[in-house]
Amino acid sequence: MAFSRRDFLKSTAAASAASAIGMSVPSSLQAKADEAQSGWRWDKAACRFCGTGCGIMMATKAGKIVAVKGDPAAPVNRGLNCIKGYFNAKIMYGADRLKTPLLRVNDKGEFDKKGKFAPVSWERAFDEMEVHIKKALKASGPEGVGVFASGQYTVMEGYAALKMMKGGLRSNAFDPNARHCMASAVVGFYQTFGIDEPSGCYDDIELTDTVVAWGSNMAEMHPILWSRVTDRKLSDPERVKVINISTYRHRTSDLADIEIIFTPNTDLALWNYIAHEIVYRDDAEKIIDWDFVKKHIIFVASPVNIGYGMRRMDEKSIKEGKYTDLELQTIQKEMSKVVSATEAPALKPYGYKEGDVMKNEVPLVDGKPEMLKHWEISFEEYKKFLEPYTLDYVAQISKGNPDEDIEEFKKKLQTLANLYIEKGRKVVSFWTMGMNQHTRGTWVNTLSYNVHFLLNKQAKPGDGAFSLTGQPSACGTAREVGTFCHRLPADMMVANPQHREITEKAWKIPLTTLNPVGNQHIMKIHRDIEDGLIKFAWVNVCNPYQDSASAKHWIKAAREMDNFIVTSDGYPGISAKVSDLILPSAMIYEKWGAYGNAERRTQHWRQQVLPVGDAMSDTWQWIELSKRFKIKDVWGEYTLRNGLKIPSVIEEAKKMGYTEDTTLFDILFANERAKSYKLDANDPVQKGYDNSEGYGDNRNVKGSDGEVFKGYGFFVQKYLFEEYADFGRGHAHDLADFDTYHKVRGLKWPVVDGKETQWRFNVQYDPYAAKAVKAAGTNNSHAFYGTLAKALAQGDLMGVKDPTPKPLPNKAKIFARPYMDPPEIPDKEYPVWLSTGRVLEHWHSGTMTMRVPELYRAVPEALCYMHPEDAKTYDVKQGELCWVESRRGKVKARVETRGRNRPSRGLVFVPWFDEKVFINKVCLDATCPQSGQTDYKKCAVKIYKA
Amino acid sequence: MGTTRREFILSTTRAIGLAALGGLVWGAYVDEVTANKLMLRPPGALDEADFLRQCIKCGLCVEACPFDTLQLARAGSNKPLGTPYFEPRDVPCYMCPEIPCVPVCPTGALDITKVSTDNKLDINKAQMGVAVVDAKNCVAFWGIQCDACYRACPLLDKAIYLEYSKNERTGKHAFLKPIVDSDFCTGCGLCERACVTQKAAIFVLPREVALGKVGDHYIKGWDSSDDKRVKNAEATTTTTEISKESAIDSLNDTEVLLDD
Repeated sequence: MAFSRRDFLKSTAAASAASAIGMSVPSSLQAKADEAQSGWRWDKAACRFCGTGCGIMMATKAGKIVAVKGDPAAPVNRGLNCIKGYFNAKIMYGADRLKTPLLRVNDKGEFDKKGKFAPVSWERAFDEMEVHIKKALKASGPEGVGVFASGQYTVMEGYAALKMMKGGLRSNAFDPNARHCMASAVVGFYQTFGIDEPSGCYDDIELTDTVVAWGSNMAEMHPILWSRVTDRKLSDPERVKVINISTYRHRTSDLADIEIIFTPNTDLALWNYIAHEIVYRDDAEKIIDWDFVKKHIIFVASPVNIGYGMRRMDEKSIKEGKYTDLELQTIQKEMSKVVSATEAPALKPYGYKEGDVMKNEVPLVDGKPEMLKHWEISFEEYKKFLEPYTLDYVAQISKGNPDEDIEEFKKKLQTLANLYIEKGRKVVSFWTMGMNQHTRGTWVNTLSYNVHFLLNKQAKPGDGAFSLTGQPSACGTAREVGTFCHRLPADMMVANPQHREITEKAWKIPLTTLNPVGNQHIMKIHRDIEDGLIKFAWVNVCNPYQDSASAKHWIKAAREMDNFIVTSDGYPGISAKVSDLILPSAMIYEKWGAYGNAERRTQHWRQQVLPVGDAMSDTWQWIELSKRFKIKDVWGEYTLRNGLKIPSVIEEAKKMGYTEDTTLFDILFANERAKSYKLDANDPVQKGYDNSEGYGDNRNVKGSDGEVFKGYGFFVQKYLFEEYADFGRGHAHDLADFDTYHKVRGLKWPVVDGKETQWRFNVQYDPYAAKAVKAAGTNNSHAFYGTLAKALAQGDLMGVKDPTPKPLPNKAKIFARPYMDPPEIPDKEYPVWLSTGRVLEHWHSGTMTMRVPELYRAVPEALCYMHPEDAKTYDVKQGELCWVESRRGKVKARVETRGRNRPSRGLVFVPWFDEKVFINKVCLDATCPQSGQTDYKKCAVKIYKA
Repeated sequence: MGTTRREFILSTTRAIGLAALGGLVWGAYVDEVTANKLMLRPPGALDEADFLRQCIKCGLCVEACPFDTLQLARAGSNKPLGTPYFEPRDVPCYMCPEIPCVPVCPTGALDITKVSTDNKLDINKAQMGVAVVDAKNCVAFWGIQCDACYRACPLLDKAIYLEYSKNERTGKHAFLKPIVDSDFCTGCGLCERACVTQKAAIFVLPREVALGKVGDHYIKGWDSSDDKRVKNAEATTTTTEISKESAIDSLNDTEVLLDD
């Protein structure tokens, strides 16, 4: 590949700027830091909040964290922070921090679902958990024990939880809040690349000419990255273009050359319009890089009648009448829908016309339901699929501001397409929740790669479609460790027998222990509780009773049905409130940990201080729980609800040298390998730092057996990390060793021969790509070497014609996926779109940031942002309260017509951080049926005076 | 605050106000009947001196405020007793479009014409004060991505806008610095309330205190809207040390020329 001199300079500059190995704190800064250390200690850590992954330094004085500073050596943020990061030192010390386990009890001190919370010992807490888990296993088998997991777990606690749930309790009802955040991106990566996570890295920002934000308010949600985009724009204001594509105006428009406001869901049409321009102008203008496409890409189609991830009409709770007629108006679309005038042109190539009834169903592969089914088609079929996406059609359905001139809007779309197409112009497409929280989230994610692939603008410095992560370790823990119902570490799947075997061997558990059915994603866990199947659920590092749509259903199910809900948290949020047992958790800097950010950067920190009160880490809680279960309790035969039997493995276990009475603790956590990781006060990594799990600590917390907890006696966090990391090493997920991460400021995996990887799949930068190309004997520039769904049947848009799987090694996919309406659209009764999201000042459900006085004062309540004309129409006033009501519920919020968010007429925006403005009571729990991710960005509401 | 408690405080404060008016003045309260240069008045308030003359300390504006923003100065507060004011760090003015506090004023101390455009109420015209940024202690000037004040501003992008500049230290980030435009700033104080530093690094001062004033003898040649200031421009006789003597007197004073 010919690199211009300018490219060369730019890429070497970026490489040296970003390579973390060997990068040290500038000596002047280091000297000053040493000098200043009298009475306090500085140590590196990662910011608690978003997926950007800023490096920070924490100052500890007399056992408490007292200050924070941006880490000047951190490549992501170079010493800067946003205002959430600025308050990292204050997040652990809210006055109402949970300090002791709390159980709902009656007058006699017995557990009582209707009782009030009273403090109990850790021993009593684990007694109750043991009893209720055993009860749930008896009633429903492993499917009856659920965990609301997290993209905010440390790597180690996520791995400990995964091991205990899947390896110990054989349950796959284990799914993170990251499902709400990244699942569509993940399925998009799997389907397109055969492997998860972005090909590029943040250095793309400094190297690109064009930043297009699709459904991403970077200015508020990724402020440090936004300041890098701003710097790039300032560096070359003429050349660098910024485009903001959104359903309402927000702060990311500030810097934008072009702002495109589109009607919710029509981003599908916008992407296909750009592809249409590329494909239909190619004959005349030679736009497609055919050499690249022929060597690296195939074209693919999939079924369109897949529904909206809502409950189906034959499900238990619906038949029992738990849903109102109003709710069912929307839910019945899960069974079938009538093709609308808006979507009819896009569905014409699939044989549908306006007014047709589309029957929604799960596609079958070899007679088995397979939601992710897709097959190869010809380029001609893809071209036929694109035909409807003319400028006129797309502009007509997608113009989202009724007050904008259609011709102006068309000009913007043309400019957008031309910026992508322009030869030599580098383009990065960033997205976050707008494209992920979407009933066609997987589809729209794959459509983004289509455009970049056709132009050969993917997986190259400064070029690529790049999914930005919301949570601090959605990548590092939820995705890489695999804390999802269907996953195992390093992109392995519970449904794959080979993957199960690899895992069973690594965990030294009998073959066939692992449950092959992993379909209880986070909404399914809620629904299974409502259906009475799940009898025990444990909330870890998340707030599912505030963050899930159709919230009233799940709260009712938790409070009114026969089940046992446990929440581990630092603070009393809504989830704690609806629980039966609350466990006080050590917070972020009160434990050893690691996070992985959106650019594949893994960052570690040490335990800085002892936890508050009797709080203990989630890792400790999982390990203590494992002491309560013996092989005979959990490894017998079970029949799953689909009729599949998972066999007893007790005899197998005995052959491995275990007995019926061996505990899961001995097998999963206190095994020989674990004990080989020694606690050593002279080890430079450990020296001078607490390790509450390793040694216990001077609080003398009484543990799960009623005795003072004296520690496991080995370096459990290092053990968990190293055992987990072994899954990925040699499989394109290579992590460095534990100690290395304590010398650097994070590394972007795959870390091969001590070097991190900036651009995956690109032969020049990714050793795995170079190896794959060499093995294939080609001179290709890229190798898309992911292994999932890499052999496909052949067919056309309508379906499979030849089911014989054809392998596609090292290739990526371009998908034909049409525009379709969302399941709920504003109508006469509910005339306004509701979109929800976040604000810069608050993190997610606000349990931490609403306890920082400065952040609370800055934004004390969630407002309902609306257009001033809409306020007049609905007779509500700036600063006064209004009702926001959907078919599912209503909340009161204060009207804001002039703030940071400026919707066009017909849409309101309400952030979800505020438990007093409980907007998820209003939202619809429709999901992308392929990814299971909820669409929080669109439902229909009415607005009226409160 | 419950209505009853609020009404109670209002009525007792009013009584003290009236007592003060009745001439019951004692030493400690001397300052409290004279103008306090740092007080922020409700929207539409006359200039401080006129305002103090017109305000009868009735408290109607305070009662009308739906956000409990306005308070009546109480005895011992070192402010002119019984007059309405607000402290934005505690409760800012939320800039109600109906401006309920102004039309209720019985004396015109709060002048409806000062908050009206074409005879329609227009809160954006209010001039309660002006926000001032302490650039040393504003963390956005350090490069922190804050701008809480900007996002809190009801006239965002007008009264507070962002100035972008490169952060040469990091080499790849930008400063997004909040800048106040006093042409648009109403002094509502939502920015001061939102500021995340321990003591607000953006705060509202009365316009008289915070703003400079350019003489009308110079008009911006590049800004036609500035021409309107010519209206106030007048020729005045100027006097300096050197010109204070009459021309004849200074001409006749030759002694200084040969002084050693």
